[in-house]
Amino acid sequence: MSPVRELCEVLERRRVGAYHALTLVAPGIAGGARPGQFVHVLAGEDRSFPLRRPFSIHRVERPGAALGSVEIVFDVVGAGTLALSRLRPHDVVDVLGPLGRPFDPPEEPAGCLLVGGGYGTAPLFFLATELRVRRCRVDFVIGAATAGRLLDAMEAKRLGHSLTVTTDDGSAGRRGLVTGPLPGLLAGTGAARVYACGPMPMLAAVSRVAAAAGVPCQVAVEEQMACGTGICFSCVLPVGDPAGGDGGAGPGPTRMARSCLEGPVFDGAAVAWAELEPVP
Amino acid sequence: VTPNLDLSVDLCGVRLRTPVLAASGCFGFGREMAGWVDLAAIGGIVTKSVSLEPRRGRPTPRMAETPSGMLNAIGLQNPGVEAFCAGDLRFLADPGVALVEVNLSCPNVEHRGEVFATDPGAAAEVVAAVRRATGTPVLAKLTADVTDLVAVARAVVDAGADGLTLINTLLGMAVDTKRRRPRLAAVTGGLSGPAIRPVAVRCVWQVAQALPGVPIVGTGGVVSGEDAAEFLLVGATAVAVGTGSFVNPRAVVEVADGLERYLAAQGASCAAELPALFKAER
Repeated sequence: MSPVRELCEVLERRRVGAYHALTLVAPGIAGGARPGQFVHVLAGEDRSFPLRRPFSIHRVERPGAALGSVEIVFDVVGAGTLALSRLRPHDVVDVLGPLGRPFDPPEEPAGCLLVGGGYGTAPLFFLATELRVRRCRVDFVIGAATAGRLLDAMEAKRLGHSLTVTTDDGSAGRRGLVTGPLPGLLAGTGAARVYACGPMPMLAAVSRVAAAAGVPCQVAVEEQMACGTGICFSCVLPVGDPAGGDGGAGPGPTRMARSCLEGPVFDGAAVAWAELEPVP
Repeated sequence: VTPNLDLSVDLCGVRLRTPVLAASGCFGFGREMAGWVDLAAIGGIVTKSVSLEPRRGRPTPRMAETPSGMLNAIGLQNPGVEAFCAGDLRFLADPGVALVEVNLSCPNVEHRGEVFATDPGAAAEVVAAVRRATGTPVLAKLTADVTDLVAVARAVVDAGADGLTLINTLLGMAVDTKRRRPRLAAVTGGLSGPAIRPVAVRCVWQVAQALPGVPIVGTGGVVSGEDAAEFLLVGATAVAVGTGSFVNPRAVVEVADGLERYLAAQGASCAAELPALFKAER
């Protein structure tokens, strides 16, 4: 489905733990949106010419009895998300979407391990819903720095066959990173697919664990973005042929791929994680 | 559509449907925008710069939002001229390349600050070489990061440029104070957006005064029909929409629509009438 530009009325803004959720009336976007795709949101039109902000789609209400809506989840990290956090019902925001390449679901029913970090867990709920409809087994691993920064653990518990929680400080679930329980879960659930979304170092680590277990892994990356439509070349990351590497140290020769067009979902084995700038 | 109003313009002997082009580096290679804009209906597309060899571009972060604009340090990422001719050009070029824009002023390549367009001699040398290589009209894209823009403009026109594109991004820098480091991986980058529009309008005005009759494409922060009119009033033949397309993928179309409304409101029948309507004295 080709993306559209819609002026969307705010249906609801609520707090989800440490984060904000914004539900937007978006019939043109909600109709064809797929898990892993994103919307590009402009909060208000003012004289200071703000750029849009990309958000993966957390939940979709398909147009039917109601108009159709999409929900995003975000953390207030700067001026753009601060403006979004101040929106009220009936305010109107300018949105492009659905953009980008979605997660690729398995052809046949299969076990799927969904791994999310912080608010990066957002698109995995939409994905889990679609996977369940396709009769896939869904197991969740969600992690965050602290218990307060986990996104909607109750919803993950409801949607998944199992839920494993990790926190850096041990304030909820297992102390440590999401990668800790992964090898055991891959073996225990017999998962045939891994889907991950979260900070880049987490995606790198999850991709490595999945590759070691021989399980295909798709990751949704979060790159800084201006246009969202493929014309500014800001949101690039190095990708290559997963089979072209020399003994599992990463893909072969890489090129800079635009995450808005070729992603945000990539094959974890195609991304040259070692070439990425370390994030402090 | 307003009756008796002709939006088309002549740029270096090429008839453009509207005076609003998509600026280089802000419309990809055109194909990316086919779902958003009727490419055949806009004034024209200036592709992202194409180099002889493929270029990987600079590391990320390549972009930083700044007041009323943004900094970028993309570094001319492109597939190289061979791949461009075999791919994107075939998609675009029907009936063919109408104009060649020579990017003498990208601030994001090696030897930053020493781009061709900061030196009249070097800029003229490049334009002369392009002039020898093609019969297609040549536009030279210049930077405002010089003390005497008119001198550079005169040098490239004398070397055979048919017209000028004014201006490229301005060299800038932004600092992440929390992490105490540059916001761009390349440290410095090009400033674009409405923040630079007054500088761009000034440049077009100065050069149009000094070199009357030389066609100018004005670019820098055009996001509305009125913005386009500013450039046309001070002597530009056409404008190019750059960063505006990042926020509004249909900006090139909407700026042309807005310009048409502006012309109608001013009682002008075509864009070429605007300079005569401009009052240089307040």
